[in-house]
Amino acid sequence: MVDQLSWKVGGQQGEGIDSTGEVFSLAQNRLGYYLYTYRHFSSRIKGGHTNNKIRVSTKEIGAVSDDLDILVAFDQETIDVNYHELHEEGLIIADAKFNPTAPEDCKAKLYAVPFTEIANELGTSLMKNMVAIGATSAILGQSTEDYREIVQEVYGRKGEKVVEKNMEALRQGAEYFNEQAGGPIERLQLEKADGKKRMFIIGNDAISLGFLVGGVRFMSAYPITPASEIMEYMIKHLPKYGGTVIQTEDEIAAATMAIGANYAGVRTITASAGPGLSLMMEAIGLSGITETPLVIVDTQRGGPSTGLPTKQEQSDLMAMIYGTHGEIPKVVIAPSTAEEAFYDAVEALNIAEEYQCPVIVLSDLQLSLGKQTVQPLDYSKTEIRRGKLQGDELPELEAKEYFKRYEVTEDGISPRVLPGTKNGIYHVTGVEHDQTGKPSEVAANRQDQMDKRNRKLQNLKFKNPIFKNDKHDEADVLVVGFNSTRGAIEEMMPRLEDDGIKVNHAHVRLVHPFPAKEMQEMVDSAKKVIVVENNSTGQLANIMKMNIGNLDKINNVLKYNGNPFLPSEIYTKCKELL
Amino acid sequence: MATFKDFRNQVKPNWCPGCGDFSVQAAIQRAAANIGLEPDDLAVVSGIGCSGRISGYINSYGFHGIHGRSLPIAQGVKMANRDLTVIASGGDGDGFAIGMGHTIHAIRRNIDVTYIVMDNQIYGLTKGQTSPRSDFGFKTKSTPEGSVESSISIMETALTAGATFVAQSFSSDLKELTSLIEQGIQHKGFSLINVFSPCVTYNKVNTYDWFKENLVSLADIESYDSSNRMIAMQTLMENNGLVKGLIYQDKNKKSYQDLAHGYSETALSKADLSIDDEQFNELISEFM
Repeated sequence: MVDQLSWKVGGQQGEGIDSTGEVFSLAQNRLGYYLYTYRHFSSRIKGGHTNNKIRVSTKEIGAVSDDLDILVAFDQETIDVNYHELHEEGLIIADAKFNPTAPEDCKAKLYAVPFTEIANELGTSLMKNMVAIGATSAILGQSTEDYREIVQEVYGRKGEKVVEKNMEALRQGAEYFNEQAGGPIERLQLEKADGKKRMFIIGNDAISLGFLVGGVRFMSAYPITPASEIMEYMIKHLPKYGGTVIQTEDEIAAATMAIGANYAGVRTITASAGPGLSLMMEAIGLSGITETPLVIVDTQRGGPSTGLPTKQEQSDLMAMIYGTHGEIPKVVIAPSTAEEAFYDAVEALNIAEEYQCPVIVLSDLQLSLGKQTVQPLDYSKTEIRRGKLQGDELPELEAKEYFKRYEVTEDGISPRVLPGTKNGIYHVTGVEHDQTGKPSEVAANRQDQMDKRNRKLQNLKFKNPIFKNDKHDEADVLVVGFNSTRGAIEEMMPRLEDDGIKVNHAHVRLVHPFPAKEMQEMVDSAKKVIVVENNSTGQLANIMKMNIGNLDKINNVLKYNGNPFLPSEIYTKCKELL
Repeated sequence: MATFKDFRNQVKPNWCPGCGDFSVQAAIQRAAANIGLEPDDLAVVSGIGCSGRISGYINSYGFHGIHGRSLPIAQGVKMANRDLTVIASGGDGDGFAIGMGHTIHAIRRNIDVTYIVMDNQIYGLTKGQTSPRSDFGFKTKSTPEGSVESSISIMETALTAGATFVAQSFSSDLKELTSLIEQGIQHKGFSLINVFSPCVTYNKVNTYDWFKENLVSLADIESYDSSNRMIAMQTLMENNGLVKGLIYQDKNKKSYQDLAHGYSETALSKADLSIDDEQFNELISEFM
């Protein structure tokens, strides 16, 4: 019996690999297991190798596993590309149709199961996926009836007959495997889960849910991997709340339309990835100088240019912090789990309105698209705060005077009025302006307005800007990361501890303005600092060096081949550096 | 009730004396008053260039954005608050060069915004370079030997893009221009009004006199039918685009906002943002 294992299904894109993974993982979710998934895919619709790696556990997990227990192969390429991940007691179950062979140095055992043949006999080759899942259930010692609820949900609308056919495909897959292998494999028997219902969600959906709960009623966006799910969620749900989504002609329109709508008083978001963010940079500056709230999601993927559009990377950090010409106040928040992504999305909206500035919610491909189990979300922990937004009742203005929308105040934040309000007329411009928004090039005014805007974030309130796992007062090493690497870092920490190394972990959630004081304390209490990043130049490490110095102490573990970190990789690299 | 004077503010335009844009500003102010708007009912969104400054010269809510992006900003404003009257404005470089993508898509999207372009066929604020509306052969700083690119036929382009309101006018004809802006604002959907607004400093070819000589008034064409797209297109082509008046209007097509599924009839900016526990539980149940 084991408390966790990893299962991977692979084949050609367009063959139903994702839906196979979906049915398998949903069934495990219903049984109460914790899940963490990884989708390997390419920028094409049909053809090309794709796979879904799904980790199932009785305990919380937050990373792709180092090795693999079960590989389900719909073609030989799946075996050839993935067999090296399998350990000695691992299994390959492959469609007998392509006469699968295991490479010579493959440690795992191969079973050929006639997925396609059984499915054809039942009426359609489409059901080969269910045969494969049935064989999996036999390996794990699960009853095919455990899958009925999910099969019903997925195929129910196609009628009872289709449901029963799929259940039969599951049963026959299980029977065939049991006959071949003589029953479940002891090493791959999963301990029973607690049966509790938990949310199982991708980061993009968690962000979207946060936005909806946080009062977003309009979205303007342009499709792009890996951000489109946010737009799709909003298209599905906003109309129920009177809102809507416009799919714009490009990302420049998406960002500027969002600025227009925020100016006019609706919480409006847009979401994109690196190429889109590059196009939005001028608009981000407009949001900054006009002090118009704007929340943008950047789901990082491999750059530059089109780069690796379907692969993991964390290389937009510098661009998100410094992007746009000139100098503006900006906030960059980087959630590290789907659960955090939900709460941070709500908070991003509040911060954008309270501080009247652009807020970037930084994600990465693995967080955005990897599906993970999250603890129950607490609606009562969310709130809507709109800062210095004025109501309808404003005192009468002197004839022909404008409202002081950009009044120089102590905290730098000025009263905000929505167009349409009586006695509130003012002008907005991306040109430097005076307190009423009229263009002004007067030197003293320029300085006042720059200082005012820069002052706004000096007192930014953000709860827990760093996720800390710091049980040691004096650590041998402090490991630092941001976004989706959190789970892999957490998972390798006990291994370092087992080697007698005292390790603390800081995961940066607010990357800008950088929480220098808090990070300094953690750095000071460690002998060495290792910053783990999915990029090639160590962007977060450089941000740390800029903000807190300690140039000699800070080291990097970098990975930029398109894949997320495995816990073992971080462990090995840390050992090399220590 | 507000008069056109209520739409004036104390800011002195930085346009050159004699610039056509003064009349466009006056026409917007008159049109707004004529149809009974109050200054705080109106939002004027503008782009960058000489003409882009117009949002700062009208006593109303105004948003002077970035080059070429007045339309997406204006559409965002209208989507957020459908009770506001939204005018987008800018020059021919702003709308038909850097912003052309937005222009085409705003036309086919048909959100209820009135877009007024001050077309002087030249880049003024950058001191005289060619524009997409410059005539073939037109000599400018950037085309010293004469432009070898064709001028964009913007009215015809608008018609083919699915426009529901297309008009063209001349800044010397304040009366007609005011009337067209009124009609544009009252039109349910996107309205495009291209205004020949001569640049007295950098365009010595397309002058006030030149337009007086060359523009054909649609009012003078007997049996012209502005509800007939075919006739509109033919008339434009016959006159090389040099016509003035209401070129085309489709009064039947619904605006984007009337067609958008689920979109609230009350202004979104006034929406109650809270959701109840039951709604929240329903939202999370999708992921369980």
